[in-house]
Order: sequence, then structure tokens, then C-alpha cells
Amino acid sequence: MTGAAAWLAGVGPYWIAILLLALGLYAMIAHGNLMKKLIGLNILQTAVILFFLSASAKWRATLPIVPAAGGAAPPSAYANPLPHALMLTAIVVMVATLGVALALLVRLYRRYGSFEEDVILGRME
Amino acid sequence: MIRDHLPVLLVVVPLLAAILTPLVAAAAPRAVRGLTAGTAVATALLALAGAARVLEAGTQRYHVGGWAPPWGIELVLDPLGAFVAVVVTGVTACGLVYAAGFDDPRLADRQGATAALLLLVLAGLTGMVVAGDLFNLFVFLEVASLASYAVIAVAGGPALLAAFRYVVLGSLGASLYLLGVAYLYFLTGTLNVADLAERVPGADAPRLVATAAGLMAIGLGIKMGVFPLHGWLPDVYTHAPAPVAALLAPVAGKVAAYALARVLFSVLGAGIVVDRSFLALALAWLGAASILAGGVLALRQTDLRRLLAYSSVSQMGYIVLGLGLADATSLAGAYLHVLNHALMKACLFFVAGAAALRLGGARLADLRTMHRRMPLTTLCLVVAALSMIGVPPAGGFFSKWYLLLGALGQERWALAAVILAGGLLAVAYMFRVLEHACLEPRADEDHHPPAPRGGRWAEAGPAMLAPMLLLSAGIVAAGLGNAWIVSAVLLPGVAVGGR
Repeated sequence: MTGAAAWLAGVGPYWIAILLLALGLYAMIAHGNLMKKLIGLNILQTAVILFFLSASAKWRATLPIVPAAGGAAPPSAYANPLPHALMLTAIVVMVATLGVALALLVRLYRRYGSFEEDVILGRME
Repeated sequence: MIRDHLPVLLVVVPLLAAILTPLVAAAAPRAVRGLTAGTAVATALLALAGAARVLEAGTQRYHVGGWAPPWGIELVLDPLGAFVAVVVTGVTACGLVYAAGFDDPRLADRQGATAALLLLVLAGLTGMVVAGDLFNLFVFLEVASLASYAVIAVAGGPALLAAFRYVVLGSLGASLYLLGVAYLYFLTGTLNVADLAERVPGADAPRLVATAAGLMAIGLGIKMGVFPLHGWLPDVYTHAPAPVAALLAPVAGKVAAYALARVLFSVLGAGIVVDRSFLALALAWLGAASILAGGVLALRQTDLRRLLAYSSVSQMGYIVLGLGLADATSLAGAYLHVLNHALMKACLFFVAGAAALRLGGARLADLRTMHRRMPLTTLCLVVAALSMIGVPPAGGFFSKWYLLLGALGQERWALAAVILAGGLLAVAYMFRVLEHACLEPRADEDHHPPAPRGGRWAEAGPAMLAPMLLLSAGIVAAGLGNAWIVSAVLLPGVAVGGR
């Protein structure tokens, strides 16, 4: 394996995940705009999902299905399906979170006419 | 027959009822209250039956759909899980009966949705307790959290912003927890709690395990509302509809605390937390900081619900401190405090809700006619306040006593001093509440206008009073029965698998 491929197969995913996490966290902290906070949260959640999936990425692997006719490939030729199944669930959770958060933002905007936290707090007084 | 399926029924019963509730609300709105309260009581009875079975026959393992792990989903009800399940479902049942009697005009047109969401919260919380693997724990955590974000926002106005901040911080916590789960999965190739407990000690990667534990502790710490991760908590419990706050505040953080205890002691094994490891020290001092900061902040509040929210930060600190001390006595104290704090905080939030409904507000100044107009509610307030302060025989005394014994046993004087100081802070902030609720203001105090004389009887209805009185009785019973609870349930549970 070349240097880059070895890095990606080794500690690379950890660094990429941490970079994306930091990016999302920064957006959540630095922005006063609630929509941008939500985008930051989404980046952060995606980072965790990518990280989880990176563990099950496998070069030239196949689906873990044994054909009825027999002739199964050796176990090492299969990709681990569990992380994919887990992350499918996590993505559903993420979508639900996004839906609830956006619904709240819509109601906040209708009530206070802004996405800026300071403006909303000012109008709440 | 039914007793073999108890672990899964704890989740399925509230979940099905949550799905049915909106349909029932559309067809027969009057039946909704009975349905939700009945479901919650039934779930509590199932939890009691489960606890009886666990005490009699040991830990129950349930394979959903008959698929054994690692392929299928395993649900586990062990002694500590059964204990937490009884606490959570019992207090929630009181909360839903209370909510059924609570005539909040703001909630009238959204009754079906509110009831369905509260039942979903219950299903998520019981699911967290019985989940046998870390990923299902995450899923149930998010079921409970998402439903609570939505139900907090039902009130509209300031609750919307509070709920949004909770979504952002809570989802951050869940993501960090999931990242910690990913680390452990990469290390061991399993998510099952029992398998992890075998493989983690053998895997020679202390830094990876410690990072995973730290990530999960921070993630769950946000959900628990421990200082300094409590930023979302005061606004949520101040602005949420009163019955919703009364339902969420006592139990939501406790289940996250139980999940953390499970991760630390059954998954990672006690070896990682004891011996004053960095993680144990961090937990102990985080708990201590939480006790003091929550108490000091509670002192400055003028709104009863906000004061109670900060007091929750302080009381959750005791539980975290118990986890950090990590010996059998302290852990038993932490678990006992899960019970005691759930009982007293539920009782106090019920009182605050009744005051908001009947006295026109839950600011401390609104409570001034309470002792004359709502004597039974005032009695409940006094009992719960004494438990918060730690006066025997109220339950709160005993959990703090075990924590203190644990700290003294390890000769950690500073932590013991913090435990005592937290009690003094509770004296200060609860006496401010009692002063307003129980004492006639002196006539010569010019900054207090005289209280209106001969205020009418304003006691809340029986559906609200009964749960309050039941919880007050429970506080005293938990205090009187603490020896049995600790020796028969908690210490054996803590000893198994070092937790």
C-alpha cells in the first residue's frame, strides 16, 4: 500500500473525524445564527457517521450473502454489514433531529421574525 | 407466560400506547387522559413485576424475536436496572396521573400530541434501562430526547428557544456518545455490554478506552445536566409546560446517569475507574463542582421552577460524585440518590405546577398565601424540602449519608466537605422557598405588601393532589426502608460486575 492508502487504513479516519468534529463544534459555538448552529451540528453528526463507516470500508469486498446454490466466498471476502446497518439507524435519528430542530426554527421565526439568537432574546423581553 | 416477556413489555406497552394516543385523541378526546395515565400505571406495575422476578430468579435476558446476540437485540433486566426501571416508571406514572388532572389551557388543543410524546419519552427511558447493547442505548436515548424536545416546545414562546438550545446541545451529547461507542466497537468488534465487559480489559489500548470513556461521559453528562454542561437545563424546566417539566425533570437525567454508570462499571470494568484514575478523579471533582455551582446558582433564583432546575444540577452532582468515588458504599449511595432525588424533585415540580395553576405563578413571591390556601400542597413541599436538605427520616438524608461514608472511608476529606456544604446550600435555598410558602409576612416589612387576607381555598384537584401525597409518602418510606433497599437490592447489584 502507498503512504496515503496506509494512512487512510490506519489512523487517517480518526484525524478526519476529529477535523470535521472541530469544524462542526466551531460553527455551533461561533455563530449567533440558530440556522448556522444547526448546520454545525449536522456537520458534527455526519463526522461521527463517516467515522463509523470508515471502519467497515473494505477494498474489493462483497455483500455478506451466501448464494442458495452454494459456492460461498471465503469469509475474508465479505464486508462487515453491521456498521452499515447501525449507521442507517443513526442517519434516521439524525434526520429526525434535523426535522424537530427545523420545525422549532420555523415556529421561532414566525413568532420572533429572526434566526439571530440575540434578536430573539431581545424580542422576548 | 407474561413474566418471560417483561423486559420487552416495558418498552412495547408505552410505545404502542404512544402510537394509539393520537388516534384516540381524534376519535374520543376525553379518553386520552385515562389512556395515558393508565398506560403509565400499567408500565410501572410491569416494572414492579420485573423487579420481583429479578430479585427471585436473577438477571433476566430477553432476545427480541428469538434472535440470540450478537445477531439479535438483547434486552437485559438486572437488579440495578430493575431498580432504576421501578423508579422511572413509578415517578412517571405519578407524573402522568398529575398531568391528566392538570387543566392547562395552553395544552388543551394539543392534548393528544402531548400525551403521545410523553409516552414516547417513557418508552425511550425504559428502553435505555433494558438495552443490552450500547447502540440500542443510543437509539432509545434519542427516542426519549427527541420526544422531550418536541413536548417542551408545545408551550410556544420562550420554550421554543429553550427547546432549540436543548436540541443542539443534546444532539451534540448523543453524537459524542456515539463516537465513544465507535471507538469501543473498533477496538473489540462488539457492542453487547456483556461481551464488551469480557473483551475491553483484555484489549491492550488504555488510551483508546480512556478516550472512549471520556467521550461517552461528556455526552451523557450533557443529558444529565451536570455543571458545566447544564446550559440548556434551567430554561427548559422553567419554560416547559408545568406538567411536562414535572415529568421530565425528575427522571430524564437519572436514566442518563444510570447509562453512564453502566458504561463505566459494566462495560469498561471497575479497573478503569477505581484507584483514583484520571477518569474517577475527573468524575468526582466534576460532581463536587456541580454540587457547589448548582447550589450557589439556586440561591439567586426568584422563580421556584428555575430554583428547582439549578437544584437539580446540584443534586445530579451527588450522583456523579458517587460514581467517581467508585466504591460499593458510594455507588449504593449514588443509586439511592437516583431514587430519592427522583421522588423529591417530582414532588417539588408538582408543587410548583400546582402553584402556577392555582396561585397565578411560580415565582417565590406568588407562594405567599400558599400555606393558608393550599395546606396539603404545602405539606408536600415541606416533606420534599426536608428530603432535599437531608433531614432524617426523609430519604435524601440517607443517600447523602452513604456518599459521605464512602468519601470518609477513602479519607477524601475535601469531597466529604463538599457533600456537607451541598447540604448547607440546600438548607439556604430551600428555606427561602419555605419562608415564602409557610410564613406570614410581617406587617411592618414595607417592601412586602400585606398578603391578601382570607384568600379562598385553592387546593388543586384530587388527580393532582394524590400523586403529590403519594410521592411525599414515598420520600418518607424510601428513608425508613433505606436499609432494606441498600442491602437487598443495591449492594448485591453493585457487587456483581463491580458496579
